[in-house]
Amino acid sequence: MLNREVRQMRELFTDAGLVATRDLRIEARSRVLLNQVAPFALLVLVLFGFALDADQRTLRTFAPGLFWVTVLLAALLAVQRSASIEHADDAHTGLRLSGMAAASVFLGKAAAVFIQLMVLEVLLAIGIVVLYGSELDNPVLLAVTAVAAAVGVATTGTLYGALASGLGARDTLLPILLLPVLAPVLIGATRSFDDALGAAAVDGWAWLGLLAVFGLVATVLGALAYGAMIED
Amino acid sequence: MVDTTTTTASPGSRLLGLTTLVGLAGLILFAFVLTEPDVRLHPTTGEEFGQFDAVRLLYLHVPMAVLTYAAFLTCAVASAGYLLKRRPWWDVTAHASAEVGTVFCGLVLVTGSIWGRPVWNTWWEWGDVRLMTTLVLFLLFTGYLALRRTPAEPQRQARRAAIVALVAVLDIPLINRSVEWWENRTLHQQSTLAELKIEDLTLFTLMLGLVVFGLVFAWLMLHRFRVGWLEHAQAGHEVALAIAERHAEMETLDVDAAIGRTGGAR
Repeated sequence: MLNREVRQMRELFTDAGLVATRDLRIEARSRVLLNQVAPFALLVLVLFGFALDADQRTLRTFAPGLFWVTVLLAALLAVQRSASIEHADDAHTGLRLSGMAAASVFLGKAAAVFIQLMVLEVLLAIGIVVLYGSELDNPVLLAVTAVAAAVGVATTGTLYGALASGLGARDTLLPILLLPVLAPVLIGATRSFDDALGAAAVDGWAWLGLLAVFGLVATVLGALAYGAMIED
Repeated sequence: MVDTTTTTASPGSRLLGLTTLVGLAGLILFAFVLTEPDVRLHPTTGEEFGQFDAVRLLYLHVPMAVLTYAAFLTCAVASAGYLLKRRPWWDVTAHASAEVGTVFCGLVLVTGSIWGRPVWNTWWEWGDVRLMTTLVLFLLFTGYLALRRTPAEPQRQARRAAIVALVAVLDIPLINRSVEWWENRTLHQQSTLAELKIEDLTLFTLMLGLVVFGLVFAWLMLHRFRVGWLEHAQAGHEVALAIAERHAEMETLDVDAAIGRTGGAR
């Protein structure tokens, strides 16, 4: 009995690995992240600089918030891309016919988005250090926050990306649906970064707890609900 | 059988509407005339302080907030019901309650903001957790309604809307408990109803507000549900009509001539 459950779990994660590898291979070949999403994210950082009159002290103070707003905007593109992969050449039909569990597909796609977000976050972190003059006061908190927030964004984004796909006006629908749900991630990650970048005196580790709970709930809910999304 | 209903009203709903109107008149009388303004005297300086006439807005604001929860919880239950049973009744109920709830939620934000100007000295307080979580709830259901207005195959749309509603409704416990969980991050007062810290007439008017807005909610739900049900019936009717037209075309077709032409082509 236990063996069967272990085997099922192993199969779940092996299949998820296959889906993630496929999505990342498509990304490596098309280079949408590197050629379009990453330059867009850096452009947003620069535009914030212009909007705030290139005052480095102001930019340093608001860097955590600007960083996470940029991540969310770039995540929208990454999620849209991840969902559109399934609709190109009717790939989602092939995926359904493969017999993989919906949870495996969800975890695989979310893992691929997560890895792409981590790459983006590293680039953006370099961006705020160079452009805004931010200092990495607490690198450990910074790294753990980046990972926890990326889990929440990737899992929620993957669920909502599938939800908006296949509907008319999906490109405008996704931001309206996804961004309010990600508001707790924006708040938690910004407060935690406030601590990690020394921008404000807050307890970043407490906010990290919120991010961890959000990530966990989003992963479980996403794995359960994804099946209903890809029924059609 | 074709449903030829042209109105969403019925004798029962008219009676409910009339009762609601009488109730609203009574509520206005109590809230704006019979109850006293909130004026207190400072124990040491003797200066007047309190919410003054602004407190009257709370007789509308608080019941609407409660009905917002009720509407969104109805939407969540109906959404779960749809995912389990896949019956259109659940879906139409979820859609109707989400629309009514979004209107109530918007009014809660507006009345709260108007009340906040004289009492908190600001239209909007970014640091208030309950305010922020309520705004997020409003935005979540605005997204839900946007999804509802997107052209899509009905079952697919219903299934996806149900999941959006079930996720969105998770915000309600956060709003409800925010005044206890983040005491120092909110200007909203903690629950006074449960401990009966407020005076008799005030409490009565608040309860009257709950009943009256409950009637408004029921009346709106009834009509919105009926509109949704008619839309659903019309969609089914159009499909049935198209099938009947195809059948009629087949029956009037000159079959022999068609076979002859096909045979000739060979």
